[in-house]
Amino acid sequence: MTQAEAHSAGAAHGTEGAVHQEVGQHHPLGIYFKIWGLLFVLSTASYLVDYFHFQGYLRWFLILTFMLLKAGLIVAVFMHMVWERLALMYAILVPPLLLLVLVWIGAVEGDHTFLTRGTFFGAPPAIEAPAKHQK
Amino acid sequence: MTQPAVATGVANPEQAVPLVGGVQGIVADWSSDQRAFKNVPWGKAMMWIFLLSDTFIFSSFLISYMTVRISTTVPWPNPSEVFSLRIGGTEVPLLLIAIMTFVLISSSGTMALAVNYGYRKNKVTTFWLLLATAALGATFVGMQAFEWTKLIVDEGVRPWGNPMGAAQFGSSFFMITGFHGTHVSIGVIFLIIVAIKVLRGDLDKQRPGFLTGRRGNYEIVETMGLYWHFVDLVWVFIFAVFYLW
Repeated sequence: MTQAEAHSAGAAHGTEGAVHQEVGQHHPLGIYFKIWGLLFVLSTASYLVDYFHFQGYLRWFLILTFMLLKAGLIVAVFMHMVWERLALMYAILVPPLLLLVLVWIGAVEGDHTFLTRGTFFGAPPAIEAPAKHQK
Repeated sequence: MTQPAVATGVANPEQAVPLVGGVQGIVADWSSDQRAFKNVPWGKAMMWIFLLSDTFIFSSFLISYMTVRISTTVPWPNPSEVFSLRIGGTEVPLLLIAIMTFVLISSSGTMALAVNYGYRKNKVTTFWLLLATAALGATFVGMQAFEWTKLIVDEGVRPWGNPMGAAQFGSSFFMITGFHGTHVSIGVIFLIIVAIKVLRGDLDKQRPGFLTGRRGNYEIVETMGLYWHFVDLVWVFIFAVFYLW
């Protein structure tokens, strides 16, 4: 039993190099250059959004679209996520979606604080300070 | 030496049972013995887990920034003007930030190539690509140092206030870009370490690492690459929500 285990352990070490070769990511260089170029184009585009002073919902739509496209390209190709198994993909990509809840809570709270500040700091004082405290 | 079937199973459990895809594959992977993440080296899976935790840290910063920016009644300083550069008498908005973005994207490109040449066991090319990545990363940090100096010395921005508007601008800016810059700096240090290991042949000779004692392998170049691309990824979000908002 122990002999068999030792043997299999030895064989395991012997095959490690070969195993790792199967595990590694091999892709043609061209795809990296294409993504590199696309990232440059998308960055230039998002810079131009600011340069040409787009405002309002159009600005937000363009900025977030370019941001998500860039993030997607980096994660999918540069970080090889598109070639991984679904178990890893979902384990890494699904949990950050929970953050959208935090974004929502933050936005609601921010709006509430803004309105409260407007009410208490923006309006003129309702009550005059009592005279006895004035020197 | 002929390898018994058991030994092959021990060395590479993925090969013992044929892998299935789709939803069935997820269930099979997660309910399987010992390793949920098939076809990836252990270090790479753990780097992904670390990056997931880092995602939550950076997201906390960015969401806090969003909250204070929404809630302030004082106008927020216009980043387009604050981060403009004067070139030949005209103010070019966000020029420095745009250049920093291109520098960081290029470093991601050279990193991706380094991983590819690493798996081809091309030591010299991998070394130079890693060094180029480190140099671009150092350039980025240098430009950030320039930007911080400009903001602190010339514009008078402090974490507790600034002459241009909402006081929260300074604290958000220093916290977010400072934490990102720290990540880039740590990345540069580790890129240089990995580059030296590659050139010295540590990965070919499977020499144990100084920190973990694990045997050298070209997978560490890819794991290093994951970290570096993540730094680039975070910058994509900072660029969009801090500088372009």
